[in-house]
Amino acid sequence: MIKKSNSLFLGLQWWKWLCIALLFYTFIQGLLIEVPRLPILHETIRNLFFHVTIWFSMIIMMISSLIYGIRYLKSNNLDYDIKASETAYTGVFLGVLGLLTGSLWAKFTWGAWWVNDAKLNGAAATMLVYLAYIVLRGSIDDENKKARISAVYGVFAFTLMLVFIMILPRLTDSLHPGNGGNPGFSKYDLDSNMRTVFYPAVIAWALLASWITDIRIRIKRISLQE
Amino acid sequence: MSAIIFLIQKEIQSEWRQKYAFNGLLLYVISTVFVCYLSFRQIVDLPTWNALFWIIQLFAGVNAISKSFLQEGRGRMLYYYTLTNARSFIIAKIIYNLLLMLVLSSFNLLFYSLFIGNPVIDMPMFLIAMFLGSAGFSAVLSMVSAIASKAGNNFALMSILSFPILIPLLMVTIRFSKNAMDGLAWSVNQNFAVILVALISMVFGLSYLLFPYLWRD
Repeated sequence: MIKKSNSLFLGLQWWKWLCIALLFYTFIQGLLIEVPRLPILHETIRNLFFHVTIWFSMIIMMISSLIYGIRYLKSNNLDYDIKASETAYTGVFLGVLGLLTGSLWAKFTWGAWWVNDAKLNGAAATMLVYLAYIVLRGSIDDENKKARISAVYGVFAFTLMLVFIMILPRLTDSLHPGNGGNPGFSKYDLDSNMRTVFYPAVIAWALLASWITDIRIRIKRISLQE
Repeated sequence: MSAIIFLIQKEIQSEWRQKYAFNGLLLYVISTVFVCYLSFRQIVDLPTWNALFWIIQLFAGVNAISKSFLQEGRGRMLYYYTLTNARSFIIAKIIYNLLLMLVLSSFNLLFYSLFIGNPVIDMPMFLIAMFLGSAGFSAVLSMVSAIASKAGNNFALMSILSFPILIPLLMVTIRFSKNAMDGLAWSVNQNFAVILVALISMVFGLSYLLFPYLWRD
């Protein structure tokens, strides 16, 4: 099961080095770069490199979880189930990080740790759905049954996430940028300066998430073999 | 199609044979309304009236539909397996649960209006909201009940799994029925009706596609 990659450099695959480099770039450049000076936002605009990118990579994790779940249902191969569940777990972890960074941002721009807003409530409800997914997995002992049932619930969870964070916030007024008639951040970033950090940051967080998931998948495979 | 009708008839018959379960549900709704009446006396605030109505609906629905798969034993599921296919089975369940929810919500509305009062201005619109809400509850809860029954017949699990999934439906339904209470024009509510129908068809489609995977053991 354990494959040795040919492209090892000092014991790590190339994409892990890329992840480390991009994370350093994100933190250093993200805190040093020249940002637009805007009322209310001020320096907190730098949270764009953390909050938004973490949520992007969470959505990438959830999409992978959905794809592996469907592949499990088609093939009944337990390896897909391991991948589906571990990507979802990493997604939940990133989601919690996203909620924390978002809460911090809300405190310094909107004045409260949590505001009653469609987007925020949708994000919280998404976390509830995925936490229910984890509880569901915990409550079944048989591996095949667990895999099948959680894959079915996983498809529900993913569609619900789309409803919660893409559809419902657009129906109402929302404080959150990009919703309810609010402009997204791309409007403020006139000189495209922030994009030079934003896109690498998305890749960095996605790679870090894959790295975490990769390790957990390998641990899970070993523990299942025993 | 005939299989679906036959399965619905069978559901109604088996419900009729165990009347105590159905009567228990009605009593559940009535006593909940009565408890609310004793604690609130009278509700002047319209959003509170509306929210309380839907919360009673929510709990009655979870109680009613959770047993729709939990009561089917392993042996009986095996018997259905030989008789019919998964897709007609889940459709029959959803339609039957819709009927059940409609009966329960009418009782809820009746007793709720009787005890707590009925400030609704546009009653037909409110009934449409009630119908759509019941349809959504039945589609979501039938599927979740199937999932929960596979995971060891755990009632707490049923609530954990279904409440977050019901949130979008509940939120849109509550808005819809609030507009009906205020007697707003249909054009205002059109959007909500379309969203509700879209959400219900989404859940219905997912159940239709995914139930066959749950069903074989």
